[in-house]
Amino acid sequence: MAVKRLDRPAVIGPRISPKHAQSAALFLVWVGGVVTVLIMLVVVGYVLVQGLPHVSWSFLTTPPVGGMDGEGGISSVVVSTLYLIGLTIAILVPLGLGAAIYLAEYAADNRLTRLIRYAVDMLAGVPSIIFGLFGFALFVMVLNFNFSIMAGALTLVCLLLPTLIRTSEEALKTVPRGQRDASLALGATKWQTIWRVVLPGALPGIVTGVILCTGRAIGETACLYVTMGGAAGMPDSLFSSGRTLSLHVFYLAMETNAFEKAMATGAVLILIIIVINTITNHLSHRFRAKMSGG
Amino acid sequence: METNGKVETRRLSFFYGKSQVLKDVSINIRANQTTAFIGPSGCGKSTFLRVLNRMNDTIAASRLDGEVLLDGVNIYAPHIDVVEVRKKVGMVFQQPNPFPKSIYDNVAYGPRLMGLNHKGTLDELVERSLRAAALWNEVSDNLGRSGLALSGGQQQRLCIARALATEPEVILMDEPCSALDPQSTLKIEELMQELKKRYTIVIVTHNMQQAARCSDWTGFLLLGELVEYAKTSVVFSRPRDRRTEDYITGRFG
Repeated sequence: MAVKRLDRPAVIGPRISPKHAQSAALFLVWVGGVVTVLIMLVVVGYVLVQGLPHVSWSFLTTPPVGGMDGEGGISSVVVSTLYLIGLTIAILVPLGLGAAIYLAEYAADNRLTRLIRYAVDMLAGVPSIIFGLFGFALFVMVLNFNFSIMAGALTLVCLLLPTLIRTSEEALKTVPRGQRDASLALGATKWQTIWRVVLPGALPGIVTGVILCTGRAIGETACLYVTMGGAAGMPDSLFSSGRTLSLHVFYLAMETNAFEKAMATGAVLILIIIVINTITNHLSHRFRAKMSGG
Repeated sequence: METNGKVETRRLSFFYGKSQVLKDVSINIRANQTTAFIGPSGCGKSTFLRVLNRMNDTIAASRLDGEVLLDGVNIYAPHIDVVEVRKKVGMVFQQPNPFPKSIYDNVAYGPRLMGLNHKGTLDELVERSLRAAALWNEVSDNLGRSGLALSGGQQQRLCIARALATEPEVILMDEPCSALDPQSTLKIEELMQELKKRYTIVIVTHNMQQAARCSDWTGFLLLGELVEYAKTSVVFSRPRDRRTEDYITGRFG
């Protein structure tokens, strides 16, 4: 039998040399990177430049007064935001981490767990206002929490659980099997192994998930509007109505002429996010450095 | 054959699902000796090793028939606590797998599991274990360094120290040198000579020179069957079975 020549595969259209393809790809990737950075700088920069000049000590320490000029500051709003975030994280993390540990470490791979994962993924895609409606019906009405920080936090927990579960589950799965085996071979029980080896190893990934959730919690407006109410006063308990920074920005922008106050509030919001991210990242890095050594 | 084996298996069979990985293995592993198991990939030697400290328990759909006796007690008997078994039978794995913790915390991991928290006792135990694993001189200046910052050979000796710290009686080694360079391999082999004075060592290796160099007894496994088991010098010079001879002379495997 004659040996067939190995022809190059037919190419449709003009051929591009690998070298040119490489340059073109590099250029596109580069443009993507630069545009992303620019957008971020412009948005953040614009809000900070417009807003920061209006941020003063009295702005931070007086509650909003109301009216068409958006008189007053944001003290009660900052407090409500911190209450809400704190309460949300305090409920969310134990629940989400527990579910993630169950799914990643204990659950057998069967129809039930596949159903759970599917449900979790689907929940992650439900618009937040739907969670708001649910929160309004259950927490505000049925459980009679009224419009309150508690109702808002519980709604956020429902909204954010899927995200935290999946990010934590992925983080837990990255801990190498060899380390689990080593722990078991030293006489550790499964739970000791999870507590002493798997969780510390997965911590950076879990922290990333928590940061992600915090960011989303800070950014939510609609689903909080229907569960927290949005009262501007200083909350005196977790069952008070309250207004978060994002809600306040929304309110200032839509209901008043005080655009500069909305910008100032936005600037404070961005600063809070930057501070939270920096602190958690720093802690997580220090932990990681201590663990993996250099 | 003497009967005073440290570890003994009786008609041991092991199955992953429907495939049988070990077939009727009966063997007597002697105390304070190094016993090596050789055989081609997939012959069941790693499975055999992991049966000895019940590491296969974690694998779903696996089944074991027969008995594994440690000092005459069947470790698969219903009343036996698997944690107790693993404390007595330590294990060193193919890939060095230190925890992402400090050298000190790596070695202290096992003792702490048992509730030992007294600093003085722990310090002493950590030092003793690191010395026994011939690592102390290289790391004593900084025990707070991460175990992962060590070289591969040092990591493996750290894993040995970690296993020694729980004061086991038997040490299982699953191809402990296959990820190491020759220099580090030599160190581990010298260490094994030292360790067998106090412990019973069972090693699985695909390296026949290694088995010949550092073991007292050698078992040859083929397709889950223990084809030959005798003094290492005998196995490598006058194997009884044709298949053993073919394997050690490199005709297959």
